[in-house]
Amino acid sequence: MSTSAVEITGLNKWFKAFHVLKDINLTVARGERVVICGPSGSGKSTLIRCINGLERHQEGRLTVEGVELSEEIGQIEAVRANVGLVFQQFNLFPHLTVLENCTLAPMWVKRLPKREAETLAMKYLERVHIPEQALKYPGQLSGGQQQRVAIARALTMEPRIMLFDEPTSALDPEMIKEVLETMVELAETGMTMLVVTHEMGFARTVANRVVFMDEGEIVEIAPPEEFFTKPKSPRTKEFLSQILR
Amino acid sequence: MATPLRIAWWRRRRTRDLLFQAALIAGVLLLFGIMANNAIQTVERQHIATGFGFLDHTAGFDVVQTLVRYDETSTYGRVLLVGILNTLLVAAIGIVLATLLGFLVGIGQLSSNWLVARLARSFVEIVRNLPLLLQIFFWYFAVLRALPGPRESWGVADAVFLNNRGLYLPAPVAESGFGFVMLAFAAGAIASIFMFLRAKAVRERTGRVSPVAPGTTALLVVPALLASAAAGFPMSFSVPALSGFNFQGGIVVLPEMMALVVALATYTASYIAEIVRAGIEGVARGQTEAAQALGLNRGQMLRLVIVPQAMRQIIPPLTSQYLNLTKNSSLAVAIAYPDLVSVFAGTTLSQTGQAIEIIAITMAVYLTLSLLTSAFMNWYNARVALTER
Ligand SMILES: Nc1ncnc2c1ncn2[C@@H]1O[C@H](COP(=O)(O)OP(=O)(O)O)[C@@H](O)[C@H]1O
Ligand SMILES: [Mg+2]
Repeated sequence: MSTSAVEITGLNKWFKAFHVLKDINLTVARGERVVICGPSGSGKSTLIRCINGLERHQEGRLTVEGVELSEEIGQIEAVRANVGLVFQQFNLFPHLTVLENCTLAPMWVKRLPKREAETLAMKYLERVHIPEQALKYPGQLSGGQQQRVAIARALTMEPRIMLFDEPTSALDPEMIKEVLETMVELAETGMTMLVVTHEMGFARTVANRVVFMDEGEIVEIAPPEEFFTKPKSPRTKEFLSQILR
Repeated sequence: MATPLRIAWWRRRRTRDLLFQAALIAGVLLLFGIMANNAIQTVERQHIATGFGFLDHTAGFDVVQTLVRYDETSTYGRVLLVGILNTLLVAAIGIVLATLLGFLVGIGQLSSNWLVARLARSFVEIVRNLPLLLQIFFWYFAVLRALPGPRESWGVADAVFLNNRGLYLPAPVAESGFGFVMLAFAAGAIASIFMFLRAKAVRERTGRVSPVAPGTTALLVVPALLASAAAGFPMSFSVPALSGFNFQGGIVVLPEMMALVVALATYTASYIAEIVRAGIEGVARGQTEAAQALGLNRGQMLRLVIVPQAMRQIIPPLTSQYLNLTKNSSLAVAIAYPDLVSVFAGTTLSQTGQAIEIIAITMAVYLTLSLLTSAFMNWYNARVALTER
């Protein structure tokens, strides 16, 4: 088995005639933390969504934890079992309590007994510091709490890779910190993480590498120090000058 | 702080609202007064006795389908009961079928299978855009009455026959000792419910999924079979058989009833399908994606995530479809299915001339049915809505 968590070679994707991802090459090692940034519409979400099969690519190879993502449904489910995804809009199930949100997949996908699923859910709710909210409904929580529940929900499937798509963009400033702290703690456990974010502080402290995308292409990949202090591409420079103002 | 603004009493919002409502009520009362006066004069002119005494008079006409004992010597009151039961029968069967078909077609419209989605879509477009009365005529005249006569019936296993007089089915006939069998069946049914609940508890406790269908089916069938064997099979079937020009024995579902039920069920199903589709599409896209990302398969996603959320949007318009179906069943009169309107507001009215009383009673019956349906659906909706925030 290969040692890389994600291996992408020559990946291309189109929405109808629109070429959204252009010749993407990216390898993420186990335990590595990669931050992806770039202007809006550059294809960051689409790339992340390809990695857990929410979107299909048309060309190239995409291998996740040794399983190649192909047209076969069985493959997609095998990949999804290894990959957790946290959305910008949380996407918690509003008709279920926090605890039920977290036990749903363990019970129905992993077929765990209810009792065990609840123990597991509580373990991860404690990890994100909100076990006391377990019996509330998502609508009763703040945005930051909801996003932490979403992280716990993804963790209950005990994935090897966690994907985050702008997890703090929908949050009020005072709640961004609590979510970022949770993510830093997760990084400390050695989890492989791919994070789309414009939180440059997070990128500096947590990321091993920063990927900059523009117009469907990976323009630059560099360790954070290098990325922020001496970017190579003029497009990166322009982006950084806007975002670091 | 500023003193509250003084407004002249006749300019206050509340006063105005009250005045407006009072005027409206007065207007409605006046209108009713004029209509009642008019009706009373008509009655006096035609020398018709008023009141509800006619309900005890002998009806003297026959009704082709009665769920309770009825003959020509029965009273108009009995006709009313027969009509109500016939309306309820069609409405109940229609609602069940329309709901099943509507959900099936509604989910089918969203299928990723092109053919299934296309078929479901076409069904909705065609059925929803033709007048209901025309569809009743279609099923009655073009399909069911166009079937061959009794002698050329389509038969299955010499027990079920379909011809232009109706659908003939074998009917069970109880003999002495049948109660014993029913008791055994009830015991088996209760045991199978326990078995189902136990399997659910086991699944929650251990995560083990064991198939319950064989066990519960056995519990439903075996005790009843053993009991009937012990009692010497105290039940026989009355099988329809051709005698002369028609079938005798068994039970018959009249073509009028079949046409009405099929037309009402498919017509209403096409509306329910749209309601279900809109309800499901109304559930945020993120919900589907979150469910997929967690690894739920399509069926689990629909059952555990999408439909429970869609139900809150589906139930209120679903209720009005149930009410529509019930009210539309009065189109029965067009093909002479003996529903409430046909036998009571039709035949009874023309025989007795008691228009006001009969129309009032008929309206009261429909109103009661509608209010009961709404009350039930509101209760159900509250239960569904409560399981959220
Ligand atoms: N389902 C879709 N169909 C067509 N175009 C899409 C779809 N999803 C995204 N796009 C387009 O693809 C481009 C990249 O989108 P996205 O990956 O969401 O960018 P980012 O996350 O970097 O803002 C955008 O121009 C967007 O409009
Ligand atoms: Mg995005």
